[in-house]
Amino acid sequence: MKVTIDGQEINVEPGTTILQAARMIGGESVPPAMCYYSKLKGSGGKCRCCLVEVSKGSEADPRPMPKLVASCVTGVMDGMEVKSITSERVVDARKSVTEFLLINHPLDCPICDQAGECDLQNLSFKNGSAKTRFVEEKRTFEPENIGDNIQLHMNRCILCYRCVMTADQLTDNRVHGVLNRGDHSQISTAISKAINNEFSGNMIDVCPVGALTDKTFRFKQRVWFNKPYNAHRDCDKCCGKTTLWMFGEEIQRVTARKDEYHEVEEFICNECRFDHKDTKDWVIEGPRKFEKDSVINQNNYTRKLDTVTIETEKQILLGREQDRKKISMPAVPLKKDEVQVFKEGNI
Amino acid sequence: MGQKILLEHANVPGIKTYEVYRQHGGYRSVEKALKSMTPDEVVEEVKTSGLRGRGGAGFPTGMKWSFIDKKSGKPRHLVCNADESEPGTFKDRYLMEYIPHLLIEGMITSSYALGANLSYIYIRGEYMWVFRILEKAIKEAYAAGWLGKNILGSGFDLDLHVHCGAGAYICGEETALIESLEGKRGNPRIKPPFPAVSGLWSNPTVVNNVESIAVVPWIVNNSGEDYAKIGIGRSTGTKLISASGHIKNPGVYEIELGLSVDEFMNSDEYLGGMMNDRPLKALVPGGSSVPILPAHLIYKNAEGGDRLMSYESLSEGGFATGSMLGSGGFIVYNDTTCIVRNTWNFSRFYHHESCGQCSPCREGTGWMEKVLHRIENGHGREEDIELLWDIQRKIEGNTICPLGDAAAWPVAAAIRHFRDEFEYHVRFPEKIKNRDHFVAEPFEKVKHLVAKQTV
Repeated sequence: MKVTIDGQEINVEPGTTILQAARMIGGESVPPAMCYYSKLKGSGGKCRCCLVEVSKGSEADPRPMPKLVASCVTGVMDGMEVKSITSERVVDARKSVTEFLLINHPLDCPICDQAGECDLQNLSFKNGSAKTRFVEEKRTFEPENIGDNIQLHMNRCILCYRCVMTADQLTDNRVHGVLNRGDHSQISTAISKAINNEFSGNMIDVCPVGALTDKTFRFKQRVWFNKPYNAHRDCDKCCGKTTLWMFGEEIQRVTARKDEYHEVEEFICNECRFDHKDTKDWVIEGPRKFEKDSVINQNNYTRKLDTVTIETEKQILLGREQDRKKISMPAVPLKKDEVQVFKEGNI
Repeated sequence: MGQKILLEHANVPGIKTYEVYRQHGGYRSVEKALKSMTPDEVVEEVKTSGLRGRGGAGFPTGMKWSFIDKKSGKPRHLVCNADESEPGTFKDRYLMEYIPHLLIEGMITSSYALGANLSYIYIRGEYMWVFRILEKAIKEAYAAGWLGKNILGSGFDLDLHVHCGAGAYICGEETALIESLEGKRGNPRIKPPFPAVSGLWSNPTVVNNVESIAVVPWIVNNSGEDYAKIGIGRSTGTKLISASGHIKNPGVYEIELGLSVDEFMNSDEYLGGMMNDRPLKALVPGGSSVPILPAHLIYKNAEGGDRLMSYESLSEGGFATGSMLGSGGFIVYNDTTCIVRNTWNFSRFYHHESCGQCSPCREGTGWMEKVLHRIENGHGREEDIELLWDIQRKIEGNTICPLGDAAAWPVAAAIRHFRDEFEYHVRFPEKIKNRDHFVAEPFEKVKHLVAKQTV
């Protein structure tokens, strides 16, 4: 099937969604996706970030679709023409959705563990506005303890339902879900219960924002000061392929390996994620590379580093020659006891 | 006096019981359909009748029925949407409370037409006493052999259940209703696939409003052509209107579509004119979701033609100067009404009822409610009116289900037609601090304060 996205043609299999086709093309036309997760069945269609305009339905029925459609759940048709960033309506809709997602978001990035690898940060960096028009008090939730390994910050949640689907599809007996309705919907366990399933840690990886974070990594490090390495170990529960987030010799965090759309390549078990923080447990393969514009490259250590000598260092530490002379001020005579101290030191 | 189809026997004493209902010609349509018609013939009759869905959207019922996937061989279901929660609409409650057997008869005939052997009535949780009435009626129907195995020896089996919802407005959306019926959280599904292909338990499903189903017996007893003769143009048949607000005779009325709004409002047979003879200010013709109409656009459309009670006439002029028939929740306002407060009230409802699945509706409805609350309470800013307009524009059309649109339209229409009232609220907070401020001082008297002045 031939589909054209922002003027770029591609041939795809029937059953491909517009978003998947756009990802095959890559580049600027790929719509942002906050709730869609290709590894989770039934995800997508909720956040409305990936809205696109279908300017030609198909070869058989060339009428344009009247409304913007969610590209992550709309299948392509032969001859379909899609406008992503070339449509003003789409750009406007993305800005709107970004604004809606941010009005009740606490914007506490400076203390959020997700900062630096947060989809909402990326989205608002591209489509957000620097000013807010929301003058009311933000919606807040009571803090809640959902277990020893996972920290829930409901205030940051954008209700993408990814964690619910992860629990549904990866683990038995899901104990958490969405409670309440409307803007007071919240992720929670209905009866206070710890989420301790063997694969529950993957909720952290799929969370696009900082709503679910790793308790063992809490407030330890900004992610861009960590050095991520690909590593693996023999695990009888999962594939054992992970990314280790190192600081010096210390493993501060273990996550699954994520691709450029921040989707994990393979899910990992809780034992790998939380219990093995010793380098002896892992076979380190080498530094993990990130996309060019990721903030994690801030601390790029994958290239060879040269020792940098700063010429002015000596002068900064000691001060310049003429200044030192000035400070000693020979024009002003010292008192008698001062001379003694100057010569012998103040013992 | 217009023809009565649904409420013909509504006032017969004891019509709630099976015996009386049967004596008045009840269940004839089941006999006729099962003994002398094929399912396709019933569908064909409904198609000819031009019956349009009475739940609000006005989609042709016969067409909806013909979309159902019969090839897959999966069991099919008919679900009756009795989750009537639209503010201003109470026609289904009236129908089910007074003539429950009419709905059950309609369900049997319609299920036969669709080949459904397991059908449901999904009723909202607040209608608990109606739920009991329906349960009783179904029991009677089972006892009389109209439900169960091999009905009338035709070989057609049907089981009918009433399911009580938990009181969420969103469960009136057909896919959310199906989710709720399956025992899940009532979140609308993403379409496609449509319920006609994959609905209840992934089986082909048709979801119809109570009123649409209750009309089917009449269409089968008489004919689709007879039904199409009633009404005007593509708006065929009769429609139940739930009238409320500042009128002399509020209540449920059955009207022939095509009746003029003027006659409906002012004739003694129907609403009998305005309460206390105060002037008319605004009208919501189809339940809280549809755009509000200002006084000068109620009896006449923008071109000066008569406005009629029909799907087409009420929406003449699009949203700029028209509205919609919707579900027939006819709310009339006189000059003591504060449109800002009314809009805030609707907005509060949608904020409360948004399911929280998609971001524009979840966040936008709450934001609109807050801004409107501020304006209503005298804390509004001049730019808030533009802000409101912008928020509603950004919600509309960007959501999964029509609830987002339903929340955006009333706000848009209120700003479009009553912008000066919003300005009045923003500029004169002292004057609006009592909620009955328009009773003492109707807007006509203070209009000059916000009028544009040319110097």
